[in-house]
Amino acid sequence: MVNIYKFASPATFYPVAGKIARVSTWIAVLLLAVGLYMSFFVAPTDYKQGEGYRIIFIHVPAAWMSMFIYVVMAFWAGVGLVFNTRLSSMMAQALAPTGAIMTFIALWTGAFWGKPMWGAWWVWDARLTSELILFFLYIGFIALQGAIDDTRRADRAGAVLLLVGVVNIPIIYFSVKWWNTLHQGASVSIKNGSAMSTIMLQTMLIMTFAFWAYSIAVALYRVRSIILEREKDARWVSELPEIRR
Amino acid sequence: MKSVSEFFSMGGYALYVWGSFGVTALLMIIEPILVHQRRKAVLQRISRLIRIKSEQNS
Amino acid sequence: MFEAFRTIVSRDLLLAMRRRSDVLTTLFFFVIVVSLFPLGIGPELDTLRLIAPGVFWVAALLASMLALEKLFFVDYQDGALEQMLLAPQPLSILVLGKVLAHWLVTGLPLVLLSPLLGLQYDLPGDTIITMMITLLVGTPALSLIGAIGAALTLGLRGGGVLVSLLVLPLYIPVLIFGAGAVEAEASGLGGAGHLSMLGAILLLSILAAPLATSAALRISAE
Repeated sequence: MVNIYKFASPATFYPVAGKIARVSTWIAVLLLAVGLYMSFFVAPTDYKQGEGYRIIFIHVPAAWMSMFIYVVMAFWAGVGLVFNTRLSSMMAQALAPTGAIMTFIALWTGAFWGKPMWGAWWVWDARLTSELILFFLYIGFIALQGAIDDTRRADRAGAVLLLVGVVNIPIIYFSVKWWNTLHQGASVSIKNGSAMSTIMLQTMLIMTFAFWAYSIAVALYRVRSIILEREKDARWVSELPEIRR
Repeated sequence: MKSVSEFFSMGGYALYVWGSFGVTALLMIIEPILVHQRRKAVLQRISRLIRIKSEQNS
Repeated sequence: MFEAFRTIVSRDLLLAMRRRSDVLTTLFFFVIVVSLFPLGIGPELDTLRLIAPGVFWVAALLASMLALEKLFFVDYQDGALEQMLLAPQPLSILVLGKVLAHWLVTGLPLVLLSPLLGLQYDLPGDTIITMMITLLVGTPALSLIGAIGAALTLGLRGGGVLVSLLVLPLYIPVLIFGAGAVEAEASGLGGAGHLSMLGAILLLSILAAPLATSAALRISAE
């Protein structure tokens, strides 16, 4: 069995993170190239939404990643809180900006898709509204981390906030959904109408994996900086080849 | 084979499609640059710290 | 355990009575915000009746947030909080007591004053009663959820603004069901469904929020 505790130490994780990040960068570039080619040249024009539907190939992956990253952050933060491993808290912190950017992309592309399809830049659709609230949750976490100087307190306070948030997300989602169905005016369903063809689904999955690999790469590169910032006095840091003496 | 201008007009949806893909691409370029800058800054700071320490010791 | 709970509640109430201006600030903030809307929107009673539930609930949300910053801060400054952390009774019970006292001082006055403001908006009697019930069930949940944010930001610079950033997204379900119940009642659909959801949220926050708050307090006061 692999010794988990060995990898939980920043000194051993630092080079491992570098290797994984490099591999996932290449995977992300490759998948993005294939995915973009497929989204523009292979996927056929939608008979209902014309060429405009091609936004789906970034909108849906970004929306999925935005939710997935929040759950992953909450998982790492919980691990950090229970087992007192500094590395997992750093991981949660490194994922936050990427998650916020994914949420922003989902909102932005949602608006650009909504304008031609629904005739308005913003519709108070349940999914769009929940995504906006998710964006607020990300911003709150980042602001809390920024306001606390003591890293230990920042880690643990952030973890509590993430866990509270993850319990609340389903409640928020269902309440927004209920609210939306009561106010019939704005409710528009996207998925009904045009059934997705296989090639569209494949393209969307490839783009999702591309976004996934991208998020892993960026988060791991960021966590390497965070490790260095926090361990700047450690001996192993001063012996790294990238430090110029 | 479609012509290039036909491709860029996206059947009348050019603003929306390119607005979405453009901003996404922009963010996905900016974010790695920011991460890289953060790494450069921390490496510089640690190098300086070590240099100061070794000067104090000698 | 119950003894400690009662002591905390009566102590906090006593302290609040000594400094009445804090209580009045929250109350008048609520009154002023509610009274500002007709000035911004116009005096047509039909419109006002329509927006009243939303206005009242958003004003209650903001007013309950206004007082959050002080919830643990005084105890934190004079060292009483550390005594509570060391006390043999479970911290979440003490937190529950503090939140109850806080709600009695800042939440209950809003509930009691809301019928008077409802008259300003020309609401019929039934709607005013529903509004009071939703505020009675909803504002304790706001105080409980807000306590988590107050504990997380304890003693931080710019804590007041940060609290609103952390807590407002979590308030959304309470807002939706609270204002929704009043709206449904006013339109003749019956607000029972919304009201029971609001009750469920209150129960959940009574069970879970004190635990999260005490965890956050331990982290912040370390």
